[in-house]
Amino acid sequence: MTGPPPLLAVRDLTVELLDGQPVVSDVSLTLDAGQTLGLVGESGSGKTTLALALLGYARPGMRIASGEVEIAGQHIALGDERAARAMRGRLVSLVPQDPSTNLNPALRIGAAINDIVREHRPSDAGDAIVYDVLGRVRLPAERRFARRFPHQLSGGQKQRVLIASALVCEPPLIVLDEPTTGLDVVTQARILEEVERLHRDREVAMIYVSHDIAVISQVADQVAVLYGGLVVEHGATDDVLSRPRHPYTRGLVSSVPDHTQPRRMQGIPGVAVGLDELRRGCPFMPRCEQRVDRCASEMPRLSLLDGRHVRCFEARLTPPPERGELRVPNVTSEHDILLAVEHLTAVHRDGRHTTVAACDVTFSVPRGACVALVGESGSGKTTIARAIAGLHPPRSGRILLDGAELVPRAQKRSRELRRRCQIIFQDPYESLNPRRRIRDEVARPARLLRGLSKTEARTEVAQLLEQVRLPAHLADAFPAELSGGERQRVAIARALAAQPDLLVCDEITSALDVSVQAAVVEVLADLRSRLSLSMLFITHNLGVVAAIADYVLILDHGVICERGPVEQVFNHPQSERAIELLAAAPTLRVAA
Amino acid sequence: MRGLRFLGTGRGRVGFAILAFVVAVALFGPFFAPHDPADILGAPGSGPSSSFPLGTDYLGHDVLSRVLWGGRSVLWLSLAATALSFVLGMAVGGVAGYSRSFVDPILMRLVDVVLSFPPLLLFILVVTSVGTSSLILILSIAVILSPGIARIVYSATREVSVRGYTEAAVTRGEGASAILLREIFPNILGPLIANLGLTVTFSVLLVASVTFLGLGVQPPNANWALMISENRDILSINVWSTLAPAAMIALLTVGVNTVGDAVSHALGLPQRRAITTVGGIEELITPAELV
Repeated sequence: MTGPPPLLAVRDLTVELLDGQPVVSDVSLTLDAGQTLGLVGESGSGKTTLALALLGYARPGMRIASGEVEIAGQHIALGDERAARAMRGRLVSLVPQDPSTNLNPALRIGAAINDIVREHRPSDAGDAIVYDVLGRVRLPAERRFARRFPHQLSGGQKQRVLIASALVCEPPLIVLDEPTTGLDVVTQARILEEVERLHRDREVAMIYVSHDIAVISQVADQVAVLYGGLVVEHGATDDVLSRPRHPYTRGLVSSVPDHTQPRRMQGIPGVAVGLDELRRGCPFMPRCEQRVDRCASEMPRLSLLDGRHVRCFEARLTPPPERGELRVPNVTSEHDILLAVEHLTAVHRDGRHTTVAACDVTFSVPRGACVALVGESGSGKTTIARAIAGLHPPRSGRILLDGAELVPRAQKRSRELRRRCQIIFQDPYESLNPRRRIRDEVARPARLLRGLSKTEARTEVAQLLEQVRLPAHLADAFPAELSGGERQRVAIARALAAQPDLLVCDEITSALDVSVQAAVVEVLADLRSRLSLSMLFITHNLGVVAAIADYVLILDHGVICERGPVEQVFNHPQSERAIELLAAAPTLRVAA
Repeated sequence: MRGLRFLGTGRGRVGFAILAFVVAVALFGPFFAPHDPADILGAPGSGPSSSFPLGTDYLGHDVLSRVLWGGRSVLWLSLAATALSFVLGMAVGGVAGYSRSFVDPILMRLVDVVLSFPPLLLFILVVTSVGTSSLILILSIAVILSPGIARIVYSATREVSVRGYTEAAVTRGEGASAILLREIFPNILGPLIANLGLTVTFSVLLVASVTFLGLGVQPPNANWALMISENRDILSINVWSTLAPAAMIALLTVGVNTVGDAVSHALGLPQRRAITTVGGIEELITPAELV
């Protein structure tokens, strides 16, 4: 090949824990000026570690063991912190993950940006360069804005300030580490627009790290998929995502929910590999459907296939991603109401300050239906779920289950009503008692609410674990031995142990990786049709709504602003808020 | 047992050896005592000799025998007081932390009132009004120490009571005592265990100071703290009569504290975040992210 040398050249980069355990192994990448590379991987895949290593930085407890990073012809000193610091900001800079903790709260933003300039280009420091860079990220380029403190900015504005700080010394490369995680979808869409504009104008080359393959498909020219610290597939974004050749990439693509093309999500079986389990062969082997004998003993090399590099012996055999058909909904009648919420108003009191979380909310869940309650954080959706479960007494309004009133506090409800309505919580790491075995955790509701004996409960637990597709031996485990996805399935099993009619699911997949989220949603969809469960499914993810729900309610600041069958609302949204949300939700954009 | 891993550290072993020595002396010492601790055997305040290795005290008792006998009451009084203070503290802190009603402010203000008294003043108040006995001693020390426990339990309970597993128990209609005992207490043991060593130490010191002031164990019982008090007048004549029991109390507190520290270290109360700088931007990293 001819042409100028690449802007970024990474050769055989390996980052290890101090005890020699590799976190990222043998990564080689190149990137031309103005191009964007997406680094995709689930939690624990080493994507942030790799991104930081490109700045010559290893987090405490790790070190860059070998390899080279060259940016614009200059070697980044790996392991020499002082020399590497001199390069950062000027050659390469970082946009970190969490805008709320990454700006010094004691510094005005103009001063914070100037600090970076003073470090690298002292002669340019001053107000002019600050206003210039604020303008470039479309923040008000004026003195009043530059004199604000971080707490006076919104999350999206803070993230823009961080992007401005990364751009200010005009490095040819910036590394963005999950820059939109934790922001709401509308803000995320605006930040992504900004990143796309930088990409379009070819101002800088970017490494965009994300777990969200849909986001990557919008911003990246090339994509590298990481699994267990290895690049498993690397090539042009359109090629890799439209026709993945590594079974893991294929699994990721099939797991991504998409509200524009509703389909069944298909998860990847098993659990992401942990660092301590890395073995000699291919790290994906235990979860792979097309493994052969030598996968266990031999590490496949990255080899060229179909215009991209892929690390798999059997890559030729990988089938194209399937478009799973949605299940047929089993709603018998829209007028057969199981749960009715009437004029519900709920508030949060904090000292003298009251916030209205739900304002005169009225909706119903037909028997056998799945109703999704969608909204941004702070829209009041969790409060509504908690009011139904009897954890948050509402200020006014009524909740009826099959015509029987659910009194505000769960303790005051009859045993039968408590049994019929079960809730599953958001955080899998806090929803199981760490000191109790899974068997006892799942058996408890069956014994308390259905009066089963100890032996009856025992057989029941085995059946329930099978229903949520968990191996039977996990019954004797403690929660700490389980992954997030497994814990969430145990929480589902615990709710099912009561044989409920209504399942309230409060953001139950938001803490999970996409491949695991898909598997959990799949389990729920399957249970729903088999046990004729009704569900109130609370989420902010429109793709998941499309995959599981029949009806959708869109909540905005405690008020339902739009409701209707999912298809109707998604195709013909009426309210401004719904239109905005639907436009902002990321979708997998792949050239067919 | 994860808790036993403390024996793997140097600090843990030293602490354990000290503690084991003092406890062994207190428990088994009486079997090896050469004389009856209450018998007056020789001239008061005589120095060490072949028949009295640590000399005699102000009345002519054998100091060694009294040291060997004098640990039991110190140990059991302070352990009983500690146990009772944990029971009281957990009950008050747990109920206040979980209730979220008018019970919470009432109990916790009560705790503040007790905390605001100087411990010895409170004790003298009790003893002067109702007299002294082992039971009074234990009760008063428990009342003095329990507010600290209650505060710890209170804040830990409030944290755990909004977790999913506790709320799941609420929605299935478990009673308050079942929720406290099954969901909350097992999950707040960490900070309590970390505090156990300190509470035992305080308890030993309180028993000792109170006894030294003559408000606790009464003569002619043998008790380390009482011995220091009785023999302080003959300090210049036979120093062993005060030095030996004082050393035992010191060793006991040092041993308990060292073991307590080592245990909570072994249980791994989480190390907080490290602050580093990347690309001129401050980044906060928790060690959990590394795995």
